Amino acid sequence: MDFLSVHQPEILPGNRQLPPTQGVIEAPHGTTIVAVTFPGGVVLAGDRRATMGNVIAQRDIEKVFPADEYSAVGIAGTAGLAVEMVKLFQLELEHFEKVEGAQLSLEGKANRLSTMIRSNLGMAMQGLAVVPLFAGFDVDRDRGRIFSYDVTGGRSEEQGYAATGSGSIFARGAMKKLFRDDLSEAEATTLVVQALYDAADDDSATGGPDVARRIYPIVTVITDDGFRRLTEDESSEIARSILARRLEQPDGPRAALL
Amino acid sequence: MSTPFYVSPQQAMADRAEYARKGIARGRSLVVLQYADGIVFVGENPSRALHKFSEIYDRIGFAAAGKYNEYENLRIGGVRYADLRGYTYDRDDVTARGLANVYAQTLGTIFSSAGEKPYEVELVVAEVGETPDGDQIYRLPHDGSIVDEHGSVAVGGNAEQISSYLDQRHQDGMTLAEALKLAVQALSREPNGGEREIPAERLEVAVLDRTRPQQRKFKRIVGRQLARLLEAGGAATEAESSDENSEDSSDEE
Repeated sequence: MDFLSVHQPEILPGNRQLPPTQGVIEAPHGTTIVAVTFPGGVVLAGDRRATMGNVIAQRDIEKVFPADEYSAVGIAGTAGLAVEMVKLFQLELEHFEKVEGAQLSLEGKANRLSTMIRSNLGMAMQGLAVVPLFAGFDVDRDRGRIFSYDVTGGRSEEQGYAATGSGSIFARGAMKKLFRDDLSEAEATTLVVQALYDAADDDSATGGPDVARRIYPIVTVITDDGFRRLTEDESSEIARSILARRLEQPDGPRAALL
Repeated sequence: MSTPFYVSPQQAMADRAEYARKGIARGRSLVVLQYADGIVFVGENPSRALHKFSEIYDRIGFAAAGKYNEYENLRIGGVRYADLRGYTYDRDDVTARGLANVYAQTLGTIFSSAGEKPYEVELVVAEVGETPDGDQIYRLPHDGSIVDEHGSVAVGGNAEQISSYLDQRHQDGMTLAEALKLAVQALSREPNGGEREIPAERLEVAVLDRTRPQQRKFKRIVGRQLARLLEAGGAATEAESSDENSEDSSDEE
């Protein structure tokens, strides 16, 4: 925010001086975020685990946040920095909307996030990277869109599905086999939970559905009605039905061979 | 060399106040009313782009009469104040009282500094609470004083007449349609005692609705929704008009 950088620069993340350190700083890291588009919207979901080295730092962390009425951010990477970045991002979108009387375009929001990630590059080089996934409903084009980022702030639009974080390789593999163009909203939410299940299956830093503690993935849906987070009942329903199927078929649904 | 005329401080202040009041009186009036589910802002505004009402923060709304560029300046200042507060501390730490104090300071300083012309604006800062008892409405005249208002408030050109009209008729727990109807009736009163018609497309209406599920309670009411509410208010009062008349006559006796 331009005003803030003049008025109170010390509260902007990019303006802080880091003391010189040796090696990697240990801090909780968030893991896998996945997103899928479907006709009429987009689904963004994340698991609930934060890790610090080999330790599970938090079992029920929340990594998917609404950015404004029509978009959401899911964060992978250093949890503390990422949460602050999202907070500042939310503030900026809201501030722009109030001052200008109009919302930023989805593209504009995505670019803004890109600049914020780039300002964190110094931290990223010390091992405190933040790599979000941004999804939103483009009101002008009338469809859901996904943007992924790298640590340097490079931005690219993803078609269909995307994943970020340590379990993203496995999640992407699962989504590649399950994704179709004509998913319904219910199918899309099931698909993301399937992908997170597969990520948790193979990646130690990604948490699967925790039935004993009732901790289930956070699933959010953005359509032209705006942002909606599935209630705990809804997401537990999806997770439990997947779990029930996996008791018979541990590797999940099979794709056709040819 | 000429000696400047001596002007007494009382006279200087009175002149400045007179100047500001005249500027404000040129603009159209607007009213802010409490209703059962929140606070409604109603004003006559031919422009679609230049708003008299706007959102400051989650529960806080802003209304202004007077010179557009001056109150727009204050509005943006208020949004910045609120957003910075909310980011540094917490969203709950942004209050209408704090904001009203900042506005009072700003307006007061400008009013009494000899170098600047006084702002020709009158502001209303309103915050909607969890219950009607928690609602707060502050009126800030051009000189930087704060007036804590209840129920209804009018600012702008014909404010005195409109607010006395509102004071007599405003009740707690009105529905939105009733409050809107009353506001339009009040606004359509001419200074000379006559009435004129304000078409719906010249009305600017916004609410702070405590029943809204979102964190941000401010909402503009436009187009079909506005027409529906105006119709509902009209129908309700027509049905009650016979009862009201008899009540009125009994009051007079």
